[in-house]
Amino acid sequence: METRNLICIGCPLGCPLTVNIEGEDIKVTGNTCPRGADYAKKEVLSPTRIVTSSIRVDGGDIAMVSVKTKSDIPKSKIFDIMKEIRAARVDAPVAMGQVLIENCADTGVDIIATKNVARA
Amino acid sequence: MTHHDIVIIGGGPAGLAAAAAARKAGVQDILILERDRVLGGILNQCIHNGFGLHTFKEELTGPEYAGRYIDMVEAEKIPYKLNTIVADISPAREVTYINREEGLVTIQAGAVILAMGCRERPRGALNTPGYRPAGIYSAGTAQRLMNIEGYQVGKEVVILGSGDIGLIMARRMTLAGAKVKVVAELMPYSGGLKRNIVQCLDDYGIPLKLSHTVTQIHGKERLTGITIAEVGPDRNPVPGTEEYYSCDTLLLSVGLIPENELSKGAGVSMNRVTSGPNVDDRLETEVEGIYACGNVLHVHDLVDFVSQEATLAGQNAAAYVLRGREADKGRQVPLLAENGVRYTVPQTLNVDTMEDAVTVRFRVADVYKDRYIAIYYNDKLISRKKKKVLAPGEMEQVILKKSSFADYPDISRIKICTEVE
Repeated sequence: METRNLICIGCPLGCPLTVNIEGEDIKVTGNTCPRGADYAKKEVLSPTRIVTSSIRVDGGDIAMVSVKTKSDIPKSKIFDIMKEIRAARVDAPVAMGQVLIENCADTGVDIIATKNVARA
Repeated sequence: MTHHDIVIIGGGPAGLAAAAAARKAGVQDILILERDRVLGGILNQCIHNGFGLHTFKEELTGPEYAGRYIDMVEAEKIPYKLNTIVADISPAREVTYINREEGLVTIQAGAVILAMGCRERPRGALNTPGYRPAGIYSAGTAQRLMNIEGYQVGKEVVILGSGDIGLIMARRMTLAGAKVKVVAELMPYSGGLKRNIVQCLDDYGIPLKLSHTVTQIHGKERLTGITIAEVGPDRNPVPGTEEYYSCDTLLLSVGLIPENELSKGAGVSMNRVTSGPNVDDRLETEVEGIYACGNVLHVHDLVDFVSQEATLAGQNAAAYVLRGREADKGRQVPLLAENGVRYTVPQTLNVDTMEDAVTVRFRVADVYKDRYIAIYYNDKLISRKKKKVLAPGEMEQVILKKSSFADYPDISRIKICTEVE
């Protein structure tokens, strides 16, 4: 049996989790909500993250539009995703929720805007 | 002089939530004064996610969280003025503001809600020796430069202080291609949230050196490096532990200070520990009709709690302008923070006229394991709750019920403290 100690990142409470792994059977203790158990299982089997960053805007009232991956992506893909985000440019206006990069770094996940940027 | 029922100073998360709550409570005539060019305050540059789990039961980025409240304010057609800075608030609630269109204007407010937020502690407050080269930023300034204005800021980075903004910026600069060499923290524990240490440092292999500080800044025109050293229990550097790091950028994440110049001018009494106004359970300051909420009252970790607090301030300010002050608020009982509890907000409780349940928020003075949070009415123990971990970086709360005071007609003080056994 393998035991791993994790800190839940599901919310700012940061519960200390203990995960007991025995083959297919994963037992989580220390969580205060179901999200904690979900997080621990996922973190052990296939860790994922939401990536947030910003993309340069041409002709906008501010220089950058904040963005995020529409859903979480494999942790190992963070820097591949960042490479595409850093190379991207978009034209104003941009609307919150608008898809700015489709299928980023072949993850199947889109990059969407998280704020509105008006034309300058 | 123009009159407005409620004037809200600041259009960040606190001001927006207060405005929405005051309108919902039935006040039509509300005005928000905001010094920036947009509403939303600091959330506009907090592009990371993790906001709103308590309020909206989903994980939002800062701009998205702000967007929810801005939508509420727009939907309710609550008036606001942007690029408008408030210069003065008088004890009689005359608010003087300045903007390009109107110049200098004084208006009369029925109630004022202080929601000005906080600002970062600057380098000048640290007494770190060395020249003043380019490349030294407060973490929040660097955050704005990167996320809104589009500058790269630096390539080789050292961060002093492990407050949340410093941790968030360690990850942000790493993702933008910079090398973050180390985060140095003066205290033996981090001032940031645990999950930020996991997600922002551990994920990227960035070392966190506790009980360390910057002892020398190198470089004259541009920063070329810094020296950090271990500190002893007295927080003074230990000779012989110095380490040199070459870097072009030093970020300071060394604390936030509520921005209360206007509050002091209005004559409200200030709390030495929070650096915010003293308030009662209605979040009313000691000046009648002036309320406070959010980071101007005490620095929060979570915007969700700012929104909750601001909602309460908005509701209470609304009740004040709609129904006026009752002749007698009843007994006012002080809340005392003792033995490891640094402060409480509110600082006083109107036990006769309080809501059925009042949330008291506080911070502890040090990292404690397996301690109890105890509540005393006068000298009588009322409740005792064991906590596995308590840390200064994570705000705690207890809930006091009005019904619990029925058996204490002679109550003169409420004490909240930690206990070992």
